[in-house]
Amino acid sequence: MNKLTSTNTLVALALAGGVVFGGAALADVDGVLTINGELEIVTKTTPPAHLADNLDEIVSGWVYRAAETQELQMDDFDNPGMLFVDIAQDDWGTVEGTEGKSCATCHDNVEDSMAGVRAVYPKWNDEAEEVRTLAMQINSCRTERMGAEPLKITKGKMARMEALISVQSRGMPMNVAIDGPVQAMWEQGKEMYYTRTGQLELSCANCHEDSYGLHIRSDFLSQGQTNGFPVYRLKNAKLTTAHGRFKGCVRDTRAETYKPGSAAFNALELYVASRGNGLSVEGPSVRN
Amino acid sequence: MKNTPLTLVAAVCAVGVFSGAAMANPVAPGAVAFDEDGAVAISLTGVAGDAVNGAKIMRTKSLGNCISCHEVTALAEFPFHGEIGPNLDSTGDNRNAAEIRGILTNSKNTFPGTMMPAYYKVDGFIRPGNRYTGKAPEGPLDPLLSAQQIEDVVAFLLTLK
Ligand code: HEC
Ligand code: HEC
Ligand code: HEC
Repeated sequence: MNKLTSTNTLVALALAGGVVFGGAALADVDGVLTINGELEIVTKTTPPAHLADNLDEIVSGWVYRAAETQELQMDDFDNPGMLFVDIAQDDWGTVEGTEGKSCATCHDNVEDSMAGVRAVYPKWNDEAEEVRTLAMQINSCRTERMGAEPLKITKGKMARMEALISVQSRGMPMNVAIDGPVQAMWEQGKEMYYTRTGQLELSCANCHEDSYGLHIRSDFLSQGQTNGFPVYRLKNAKLTTAHGRFKGCVRDTRAETYKPGSAAFNALELYVASRGNGLSVEGPSVRN
Repeated sequence: MKNTPLTLVAAVCAVGVFSGAAMANPVAPGAVAFDEDGAVAISLTGVAGDAVNGAKIMRTKSLGNCISCHEVTALAEFPFHGEIGPNLDSTGDNRNAAEIRGILTNSKNTFPGTMMPAYYKVDGFIRPGNRYTGKAPEGPLDPLLSAQQIEDVVAFLLTLK
């Protein structure tokens, strides 16, 4: 249960001092996330070894959202992202492309075939000898196995397929490999994470490692974790992919962004995902 | 006293040249002289700052957007104030004009590695964009604030005591 106690609220108000902070609604940073009254979600845990010197704790973005936004994620009937999962369930069984196949033709039941998949992506693909994001893997199946058009990387149809696949891993810990053949790409992503870009000269780390738990204007900064992706954003009433979010964050440093689906963003996705190793998969989550 | 007329002429000229240069020709972003602590002693324009406009620049998102990181009680009627940088309520007591001008021009000279952006700098960026479009810039960058806007903010901050 979300324990929205008056003590929490009082503490938050006291911290806010004389000036109004935080786009009004206060976050309940001590809230506990249980979905549908049964699925317990790890929203705070010890960081993976590679981050142990930088962070004491890794924390899901859910923790920093206003109490009423947090609540939307506690019940699938309230979570607007689940509507898109339902549509993707239909997509799953829809024949597309020259081979006359649907996802279900080869993968049967999505509940069984895709359980645990989201938690380990991005992941090395031996045959293709490349790191694949979930989006790349979906498009590879579409183009190479179905003879269908690839889906646009940040568009709704891709986001909802990612949501359908993610929800099969909900509650499982993120566990993205960072060594072996993926290491070089992981290092590239790490370098990007700490590079101060744009005319504002800000890195991901400036906001999401050095300043999480603080307000920047009305935004309450989280650690910028990707365990909740794709996220349903109340702001634009649709699912947002990780690359869509990265693009906005880079743009906000007054920088030239990278393209969603680019090698650079794939590397960044791998690195950022690994920062969340240990947090539960939450997608589709709800954010403002 | 045959020097008198000459001195007068010289004085008039000096004033004329000074203000003329100041209006048309502020110190360019690359030409600002910092002392070893990052302060900038000389006005960027030679024109006194307008504190009222400075307050507006500080709270306006498309201009300084300073309150996104700083709490300023004098601007409390304009939410929302961030918590990344220190409260600026006594900047006028703690800092002189040269220090404030230096912090605004390029905060990194005063606070190495700070998150605060450099407001009067036009090069040395990684992947700079065209404002907030996410696209590549179309030409040389403008500084985040003009020389006179910097002076206006200096004037406002000096009133915070
Ligand atoms: C013709 C059969 C076929 C079809 C149709 C197909 N796939 Fe696949 N898919 C595969 C095979 C084979 C693999 C494993 C080999 C590989 O990595 O490509 C795979 C792997 C995957 C994986 C990675 C699983 C893991 O454990 O890493 C995902 C995700 C996936 N498919 C999604 C989809 C989606 C979504 C569709 C429908 C748009 C789809 N596939 C259609 C054959 C198919
Ligand atoms: C100027 C500060 C700033 C910078 C720099 C920044 N972000 Fe963000 N980011 C935000 C804000 C504000 C939000 C929305 C509130 C939150 O979740 O922190 C956000 C949200 C996110 C989220 C969504 C988290 C969730 O749980 O929904 C991710 C992921 C993210 N950022 C990644 C990045 C990455 C990767 C970079 C570097 C390329 C980056 N950000 C740079 C401010 C920033
Ligand atoms: C991205 C956040 C950010 C923004 C935007 C920002 N600042 Fe700062 N500012 C800081 C931080 C952080 C410090 C503390 C210096 C350090 O890093 O140690 C600071 C320090 C200062 C100081 C020095 C305070 C003191 O006396 O030590 C002044 C003055 C100041 N800022 C004014 C401004 C003004 C005016 C603006 C807008 C034109 C602005 N700041 C915009 C983050 C910011």
